[in-house]
Amino acid sequence: MLEVTDLSVSYGAISALGGISFTIDQGAIVTLIGANGAGKTTTLRTLSGLLPAKAGKISFLGEDITRLPPHRIVARGLGHVPEGRMVFANLTVDENLAMGAYLQKDKARIAANRDYVFGIFPRLKERLTQAAGTLSGGEQQMLAIGRALMGNPRLLMLDEPSLGIAPKLISTIFEKIVEINRDHGTTILLVEQNANLALEISHRAYVLETGRIVMSGASKELRTNPELKAAYLGG
Amino acid sequence: MTEFLQQLLNGISLGAIFALIALGYTMVYGVLRFINFAHSDVFMVGAFVGYYIGRHVPEHTLWGGFLALAGAMAVCALLGVIIERLAYRRLRGSPTLNVLITAIGVSLLLENLGQFFFGATPRPFPELFPVTTFIVGGVYVSSNQLVVIGVTLGLLLALEFIVHRTKIGTAMRAVSLNPKAASLVGINIDVVISFTFALGSALAAAGGILYALNYPSIDPLMGVLPGLKAFVAAVLGGIGNIPGAALGGLLLGIVETFVNGSADWSSYKDAIAFAALIIILLFRPAGLLGRFTTEKV
Repeated sequence: MLEVTDLSVSYGAISALGGISFTIDQGAIVTLIGANGAGKTTTLRTLSGLLPAKAGKISFLGEDITRLPPHRIVARGLGHVPEGRMVFANLTVDENLAMGAYLQKDKARIAANRDYVFGIFPRLKERLTQAAGTLSGGEQQMLAIGRALMGNPRLLMLDEPSLGIAPKLISTIFEKIVEINRDHGTTILLVEQNANLALEISHRAYVLETGRIVMSGASKELRTNPELKAAYLGG
Repeated sequence: MTEFLQQLLNGISLGAIFALIALGYTMVYGVLRFINFAHSDVFMVGAFVGYYIGRHVPEHTLWGGFLALAGAMAVCALLGVIIERLAYRRLRGSPTLNVLITAIGVSLLLENLGQFFFGATPRPFPELFPVTTFIVGGVYVSSNQLVVIGVTLGLLLALEFIVHRTKIGTAMRAVSLNPKAASLVGINIDVVISFTFALGSALAAAGGILYALNYPSIDPLMGVLPGLKAFVAAVLGGIGNIPGAALGGLLLGIVETFVNGSADWSSYKDAIAFAALIIILLFRPAGLLGRFTTEKV
């Protein structure tokens, strides 16, 4: 579904990604783990067109999307829940969801997607007229995911969904991610600092270290990998 | 009391014009975070377009007046889009100072083109709308003041509807809150920015015509002072805040008119208007309706 080949990205003279390659199969949950500054967020931002690639190729559903602007990448079905949630703070929950469906023309489909989102996150339905900025961190994360789902993504990328959220809510959010994947067939690319959690729900994982992929494999196997355990899983 | 009401009415009709111009500054600031100094010259172009249309339609008719208004708004909407496309778009993402200098350059260009094509001599502005004066409880109400207030009110309501009830308006607010997130939901930022320039420039054109109706001569530099004051009004209300710009414009117009009306102080009217700005900003640095937001990187 997604094929990344030799992708390099740099901020000015500083290289952030030094030629990474990975693939994501349809229907899978794939995770990208690594320490702070390893290049996880940079990878997602480049995939969705927010950052320009210096070299390499990104192919999504058989199409080269490397040089497309973000709004045209979203239109092809690549959704992105950005780091820090980035809900539109002064807009209501309702308006945020409407913006998520910005490119959708089919009214019946939009209504169905809203029901789908409310089914996953009933809390959002109770908060419809509230400004998004007044929601709790966890609720904002739900809204950010809901907003992305309104765009009918084929592949949903989530950047640190556990960041700044009450521990109690983290497991809820992760259960919902699994639900979105299992019941709706949405492929997931999950970036997460909490490697334990990420490996638990994912099928396949890539480990990033200072802009390079240093390890990859089935999540089940990586969880018992001694090297990885020492570095990321707390021994 | 009559005197007070008279000045208040005059102040409101002047303030309404400041408000119309201020909205353009504040909307562009909202989506691009820079002050479009060429905006005051779009105001001037609006008045000139009204002038030329006015020569081809009969004076003193409502339809002629509204035709000139609509024509000027359409031409300036296009002008605003062209200015953004040619001068500002390439500078997207470069330091704000560069864009600001460019804006001043575009402003000078428009003023000098205006002098080249229209000449620097002020010319009388046609009486587009029917002209009469009513006396209500001792207060003189000119029909042009009613036109100013009515048109401004209509445009504010239309703007309110566009910004809060339409998809493109909601997208404008989304871009202004977080351009990255806006592009991630599929909003084409360029389209929204063009739309914002079109909207702001159309309002400035309406302001230009309304201004010319009441201060009935126009010249290529006519935008400078009202533009500066409208900019002040936008800052006063809280730059980036749409109701704030309208409120700031009204306040500034009223203060200026009252100062102008007092025999002892009238020659200080601009000084007092700007002093009022300084004082208000001392107490509310983000403007009357503005809120400080920490900018995330």
